[in-house]
Amino acid sequence: MSAAFALFLHDLKLQFRHGSDLVAPLAFFVLAVLMVPLGVGPEPNLLARLAPGMLWITALLATLLALDRLFQRDFEDGTLDLLALAPMPLELIVLAKVAAHWVTTGLPFMAIAPILGVMLHLDSASFVTLEISLLIGTPVLSMIGAFGAAVTLGARRGGALLALLVLPLYVPILIFATSAIGAAGEGLSSRPHLLLLASFFAGGIVLVPFAAAAALRNALE
Amino acid sequence: MVFTGLDFAVPAGGALLLTGPNGSGKSSLIRLMAGLIRPYSGRLEHDGMRLSDDPALHRELVAYLGHQDAVKPMLSVAEGTRFWASLRGRRDKAEAAMAMMGLSDLTETAGRFLSSGQRRRAALARVIAGGAPIWLLDEPTVGLDVKSIAALEAALAMHRAEGGIVVAATHAPIALPGAGGFNLADFEPENLADEEAA
Amino acid sequence: MTTARIPLLHRYANPAAFGRLSGQILPWTAGASAILLALGLYFALFSSPPDYQQGESVRIMYVHVPAAIMSEIVYGLMAAAAAAGIIWKHALADLFVKAAAPLGAAFTFLCLVAGSLWGKPMWGAWWVWDARLTSELVLFFLYLGYLALVDAFDDPQRGLRAGAILVLVGVVDLPIIKFSVDWWNTLHQPASLITMSGPKMDKSMLLPLMLMIGAFTTFFITVVLMRLESELLARRIRAWRTAAGDE
Repeated sequence: MSAAFALFLHDLKLQFRHGSDLVAPLAFFVLAVLMVPLGVGPEPNLLARLAPGMLWITALLATLLALDRLFQRDFEDGTLDLLALAPMPLELIVLAKVAAHWVTTGLPFMAIAPILGVMLHLDSASFVTLEISLLIGTPVLSMIGAFGAAVTLGARRGGALLALLVLPLYVPILIFATSAIGAAGEGLSSRPHLLLLASFFAGGIVLVPFAAAAALRNALE
Repeated sequence: MVFTGLDFAVPAGGALLLTGPNGSGKSSLIRLMAGLIRPYSGRLEHDGMRLSDDPALHRELVAYLGHQDAVKPMLSVAEGTRFWASLRGRRDKAEAAMAMMGLSDLTETAGRFLSSGQRRRAALARVIAGGAPIWLLDEPTVGLDVKSIAALEAALAMHRAEGGIVVAATHAPIALPGAGGFNLADFEPENLADEEAA
Repeated sequence: MTTARIPLLHRYANPAAFGRLSGQILPWTAGASAILLALGLYFALFSSPPDYQQGESVRIMYVHVPAAIMSEIVYGLMAAAAAAGIIWKHALADLFVKAAAPLGAAFTFLCLVAGSLWGKPMWGAWWVWDARLTSELVLFFLYLGYLALVDAFDDPQRGLRAGAILVLVGVVDLPIIKFSVDWWNTLHQPASLITMSGPKMDKSMLLPLMLMIGAFTTFFITVVLMRLESELLARRIRAWRTAAGDE
């Protein structure tokens, strides 16, 4: 267990030393959201209706952008070989790396989202649910994205391919996260939607590491 | 299929030298022994136990050095060596390992400032610090000068004296007294009949 | 080299042996497919009644529904084969996934086009976001994803294995996707009852439907066998080329 934590910290350290890597997805998130009023007009009611969906869609796309740094460098410089041979299960290694990745993608998204919500005239009743949905949902995005990154390792045009593979798998998360926020905005309970999201989180934590580890082993063969 | 019909054993303290032209499968065999590749048929055993039955044990037993050095540009030599050693619970052995490979003056240097020979030495220090009984080295001397090769040979001798095993694939001459070995070109599949089962 | 007894399935990884097997099956399935298709179309287009609400355009259902059913069955078969390939490491299993995928994608596409053509006379729109069509659209992209992934590797074996893992993840996610799309659909269209499942099945409608499903199934078997044969041959050619030092 402590080895996994050591890997988590190590990965975090590496990510922070490549500081410019961290900025790009966050900048994309902010810019893409700011494009929305420019594209559909600044009418507050319209923006308020679009806000939950647009915030989540841009979070999805920004996560995709950030997935590149999860395994690609390690694969290219031989670190992945060593990780596969480390005295801990590869599945645990995947979890540690995904956790470190989430800290530098999902967590900043959660921090910035309320500001963007204000700019999109998001319903004041929805802000808490927005944050909770991001808290539960972005780790699932990172996990499924990690699977996509693992399975496209060594593939040509891996980046474009990643979007094609991962976006269909993101559909349920998008649907339940936005419906949770929408429910909150109408004064209804967002609990059932959030609980479903939480079940994806629980299922993902258990299942995704196995799929991703299998994909990684395939890439190393 | 790259090779077929291999059958060998290496005792504790022993060494195996793999030679052969490019593409003959030296790297594949080393990766296979590390557990990164599964054989199409056949088995790998340690002390009479099949390693495929216990992948965790397999990982504990081996230290692997591939073509790449796995040296991160933004990490210092010490940070990298200590991290990998700490995964095996041997963080305190990192200093000695770096010293053995002549890296004592470079411990705080970041990977991106190292020459290829220095990176190779850092990778070797990692193997030494890890303390695994079986060292699988693929072209360990690439980029090393005479002094560093001597340091490597000393490390190999010390490891074997402690009962460890060294398997090395190499083009260059390297002192491995009493090593068994073979040329992988001698084990190429004969004809397509061997492909039938594939 | 000794020739040990080769287990039954492994024997058919040899293209010549597989060719003999499929050569025996193919004429039957191809013939059955042609007959069932002819019969099915006859009953669908001529000998069954038009719907009292939708008129003649209900006949599109006889293509839309079987295509939808096939699109999901094929994905299920692909997942089963992918699992078999990972557990038993048999070459034929992984190749089946690759052979079946374009057919599944084609069925999905056919379902989407038929659904679109059906929607126009029914609701005046070329596309409606009903639960079934939306799920089929996502399924279409699952197929496309597999096809793109499998061909994106220089080493075909690695591509097949990656694709197999992808299909297994997809098949686990597919019920979740359908459930979530259903939910989304009812959330956003509570009033209207837009549904592609069509009117209740009358006996006279059941027959052409079954015939069309049978036609699509035998067609699938025929073409997948042909594609499997050609995949095995391609693999053999690649092996010869590598041995000869061509690559």
